[in-house]
Amino acid sequence: MNNMPAILVLAPLFGAFFAGLAAWMQKQISYPIALAAMALSCFAAVSLLTDVIMSGTVEYRMAGWAPPMGIALRIDLLNAMVLVLISGIAFLNLVASVKNVEQEIPDRAPSFYVMYLLFVVGLLGVTATGDLFNLYVLIEITSLTSYTLIALGDKDRAPLAALNYIFIGVIGASFYLLGVGYLYITTGSLNMADVAGILTGIHGSTAVLTAFILCILGVWIKMALFPLHVWLPNAYAFAPVGFARVVAPLMTKVMVYVMVRLMVTVFGLEYIFETLHLADTVVWLAVIAILAGAFTALFQTDLKKMLAYIIVCEIGYMVGGAWLGNSLGMTGAILHILNDGLMTFALFLAVGNIIYMRKQAGFSHLSGLFAAMPWTMAGFVLAGLSIIGVPPFCGFFSKWYLVLGAFEAGAYHFAAALIISSLVCAVLFFKVFEICFFGSADTTPALHGPGMQQPSHDIHADGHAGAAADAGAGDHPRTAVMAEAPVSMLAALGLVSMAIIAAGVYAGTIVDTIILPFLQ
Amino acid sequence: MEILISIKPLLTVLVPLLVIPILVSSSQKPNVREAWIFGAGFVMFLLAASMVPAVLSGSKIVFTLFALAPGADIAFAVDGLGMLFALVAGSLYIVTSLYSIGYMRGLKEHGQTRFVSFFALAISATMGAAFSANLLTLYLFYEILSLATYPLVAHHEDAKSRISARRYLVFILGTSIGLVLPAMIYCYHVTGTLAFSTAGIFAGELSKPAATVLLLMFVFGFAKAGIMPFHSWLPAAMVAPTPVSALLHAVAVVKVGVFSIVRVITGIFGVDLLAHFNLGVVVMAIASFTIIVSSCIALSQDELKRRLAFSTISQLSYIVFGAALLSPSGLLGGVIHILMHAFGKITLFFCAGAIFVATGKKYISQMAGLGRQMPITFAAFFIGSLGVIGLPPTGGFYSKWNLILGTLEAGQAIFMVVLLVSSFLNAFYFLPIVFQAFFGKGKDDISDGPVKIQEANLCLVAPLVITALASIGLFFFPQMFVDLIVLGLNL
Repeated sequence: MNNMPAILVLAPLFGAFFAGLAAWMQKQISYPIALAAMALSCFAAVSLLTDVIMSGTVEYRMAGWAPPMGIALRIDLLNAMVLVLISGIAFLNLVASVKNVEQEIPDRAPSFYVMYLLFVVGLLGVTATGDLFNLYVLIEITSLTSYTLIALGDKDRAPLAALNYIFIGVIGASFYLLGVGYLYITTGSLNMADVAGILTGIHGSTAVLTAFILCILGVWIKMALFPLHVWLPNAYAFAPVGFARVVAPLMTKVMVYVMVRLMVTVFGLEYIFETLHLADTVVWLAVIAILAGAFTALFQTDLKKMLAYIIVCEIGYMVGGAWLGNSLGMTGAILHILNDGLMTFALFLAVGNIIYMRKQAGFSHLSGLFAAMPWTMAGFVLAGLSIIGVPPFCGFFSKWYLVLGAFEAGAYHFAAALIISSLVCAVLFFKVFEICFFGSADTTPALHGPGMQQPSHDIHADGHAGAAADAGAGDHPRTAVMAEAPVSMLAALGLVSMAIIAAGVYAGTIVDTIILPFLQ
Repeated sequence: MEILISIKPLLTVLVPLLVIPILVSSSQKPNVREAWIFGAGFVMFLLAASMVPAVLSGSKIVFTLFALAPGADIAFAVDGLGMLFALVAGSLYIVTSLYSIGYMRGLKEHGQTRFVSFFALAISATMGAAFSANLLTLYLFYEILSLATYPLVAHHEDAKSRISARRYLVFILGTSIGLVLPAMIYCYHVTGTLAFSTAGIFAGELSKPAATVLLLMFVFGFAKAGIMPFHSWLPAAMVAPTPVSALLHAVAVVKVGVFSIVRVITGIFGVDLLAHFNLGVVVMAIASFTIIVSSCIALSQDELKRRLAFSTISQLSYIVFGAALLSPSGLLGGVIHILMHAFGKITLFFCAGAIFVATGKKYISQMAGLGRQMPITFAAFFIGSLGVIGLPPTGGFYSKWNLILGTLEAGQAIFMVVLLVSSFLNAFYFLPIVFQAFFGKGKDDISDGPVKIQEANLCLVAPLVITALASIGLFFFPQMFVDLIVLGLNL
C-alpha cells in the first residue's frame, strides 16, 4: 500500500509535536525539525503527483478502516496538484522565513513554527481528504492556527484583525457545517464519493438545494469572495510576514479548491448547471468581485494591503471561471489556482524581503529599491507582470483560458471584467515600479536631471535613492549602496520566479496531463 | 512551399538575450561590454541573413518552441515578410550600437549598462516578432518589446521622463491589453487557430460587423503603429536618449506596430476577405487622416526630434495605408516602406543626435547656419529627407511610386491626393531645415568669414553616413527585398 498520503499529512503534524517538545530543551532545534518535516511532506506530495499521473487516483484509508466509518484520503489529479503547490510553498516559505521570524518575533519563534506546521497540516488535510466532515474539522484547524499566528503580528492592529477573522471565519465554517448536516440527513453518508452517488438520484430535493447553498456560502466566506471579503485585507496585512506569505497565497486558493471539489465531485456539474439556475448570478458576482477588488487596490498606499485586494480580485477570476459552465472556464479556474498561488507567493516573498530591509512596505518607503535590492525587484517585477497577464508568465495563460471560456459561454461581461482588471493591475504595478525607480511621489523627482550627481549616502538620509536607481551598478559614481535581502530569502524568490515561468511555458502540458483528464 | 525545420530563428532571438548577463557583469569595463554588443549584433544579423537564401528559394523555416493549445503555440516561422523586417532591424542594430557608444559616452550618460541591456532585450523581442508564426507569438514579443522599452524611455529619471514613460505605458500597454488581447482570443474562439496564412483563418465564419469591429480593435490596438488617436506616446517618448529614438522609435518598436497590422491584414483576415467586405477603405480613411494631420502638426514643431516624431507617425500610416489598399502594388509599396523609411528616418535621428552632442542644440530655429559647421551631417540629413519625402535617388521613391500605383490598381484614385499632399508637406517641413543650415545665418554668427568645420565624433558621424549611403543604395538595388515581399505575401 502506498503510504505517501499519510506521510504527507502526518509529517508536519508530528513535526509540530516534536518541534514544540524540543523547544523546551533547546529553542534552536525547533526550526530544523520543522524544516525537515516540511521537506518530507513536500517529497511525499511530489511523489504522489507522479503516482497519480502514472496510475490514477490513490485512495488511502487511515489505519485501514473502510469508509464510510474510517477516515479516507482520496488523491486524484486535482488535489495532487494542489498538494504539491501547498507543500512546496509552505516549505520554501519556511526557508525564507527564518530571518523574518528572528527579526519580528524572536522570543516566540518555536511557537510560531509549531503553529505554522499545524496550519499546513490543516491545509494539506483539507485538500487530501475524501470526507465532508473531516473537511470541516481540518478547516477549523487552519482557522484556529491562523488566528493565533495573525495575532502574533503587528502589536496594535493584529489582535483586532485576528478577532475580526475569528468571527467571520466561525460564521463561514458554521454555514459549511450546517450544509454538511443537511447532506448527512438526506444521504446518510459523509464520504464524498458516496454522497455523490446518492445525490444523483435526488437532484430535485429542497434539502439538497439547502445543503448546497449553505456549503457554498460557507466556502465563499472563507475564500473572501466580494462582498464577504472584509476580514481578509487587515488579517493579511497585519500578520507577521512569515505567516502572511503562506496564508495569502494558500488559504484562499485551498478554499477555491474546496469549491471546485464540491461542484465537480460531490454535487456534480450536471446538478449545478442544469438543475440550479444560479450560474448567471454567480458569474455576475464574480464580475463585481473582480472590479471591486481591482479598484479598491488602486486606493491603497501600502504594498501588503494592495496585494490583499488583488487577491480579492483574483478570487473573482476563479469563481467566475468555475461557474461559466464550460470546460474551458473550469480549466482556467483550476489552472489559476496553481498560477495565482505562485504569483501571490512571489509577490509576498518580495514584500517580505522589502520589509526585512526597510521595516515597512508603505509606498513612501519604496524609493530606490531597484538599485538597493535588484534581485528582489526582479522577482517582484516578474510576478507583477504575470498578474497583469503578460506572456510568457503563467498569469497570461490562465487568463487565456478564462477569457476563452467567457466567450464560449457568451459571458462577455466576464471577459470585459478580466480585461479591465488586467488594465487596472497594470496601473497598480507600474505605479509601484515607478516609485521604486524614480523615487516616491511626494519627493520631487526633478531633483536628479541628467548630469545631476547625488552622493550615495542620500539613501540613508531621506530615501532619495531614485537618483541612484541604476540597475547596471558600477559604471557611474552615483551608484547606490546595494542592500539586498539574505540569500535564503532570495533563493526562495528565485525558485518561485522560475516556477512562474515554467508554469507559463508548460501551461499546455499542465492542462493536458492534469486538468483535462480530471474534468473527464 | 517547402517547410524546413531549423533552430536558427530561435538562436537569432536568443543571441542578444543571452549576451545580457555578460553585459551586466562587464559593467565596469565599458570597452569589453561594447565588444560583446557588437559581437552579439553581428552574430544575430548573420544568423538572420543565413536564412535569406532558403527564404528566397520559396521555403519557410519553422521552429516550434512549446505548445499551449492546438493552433496556439509559441512558434517561429520565417517567411519573406518577417525576413525583410529582421534584416532591417538587425542591420540597423549594429549601426546604432556604434552610434550609441559615441552618443552615450559623448554626453557621459549615467546607467549605460542598464541602457545597453534593455536595448539588447528590445532587439531580441523585435527579432522574435519578425519571426513569429502566429498571432500569439507575435503578441508575446510585442509585449516584451513594450516592457523592455519602458526603462529606456525613463532613462533620465527626471520628472519629464517619468511623465513620458507613464504616457508611453498607458498607450502601449493599455491598447494591447484592452484591444488586441480580447480580439486575439476572440479570433481563436471562432477559428481555433491563430497561425498566419495568406488565405486568412476565418473561412467565412465571420459576419461583416464582427469583422469590422475586430479589424478596428487590431488597427488601434497595435498602438505602436501610432495611428491617431493613439499616437501621442511617440512624441513623448522622444525624451529618451537619441539612439533609442533612432532605432526603437523610428525602426524597431514602431515598425513592430505596423508589421503587426500588416500581419493581421494579410495573415489573419486575408486580403480577399477584407476586399470582399470592402473594409480596406475604412482603414485607408483612418490612415489618411493620420498621414495628413500629423504632417501638419510636424510643420509646427520647433524641436527637431519632435518634428521627426510626428513625421514618423505620418510615415507609419503610409505602411498601413499601403496594406489597406489590398492591391499587389499597394501591399508592396506599403511593406517596402518599412525598409525605406527605416533607413531614411534613422539617418535623420542620427543627425539630430549628432547635432545635439556637438552643439547642444535641439531646436530647429537654432540650426540656421549650422550646415557650414557640420556639412557631412547636414548632407546626410538632406539625403534622409529625400528618402522620407520619397524622391530619387533614394529608396523612398520606390515605395511612394508603388503606393501611388496601388491606389490606381485598387481603383481608389482619390486617395492618391493624400499621398501627394503629404509628400508636399514632407518637403515643406524638411527641406527648409537643410536650406537654412547651409545658407541661413545663425544668430550668433558674428563674422561672415569661413566657418570652422566641427563635426561630432567619428562614432556619431560614421553611422549616419552609412545609413544615408544605404538609403541611396536601396534606390538602385531594391530587388532582393521586393522578392522577399512578393514571396512572403504571395503577390
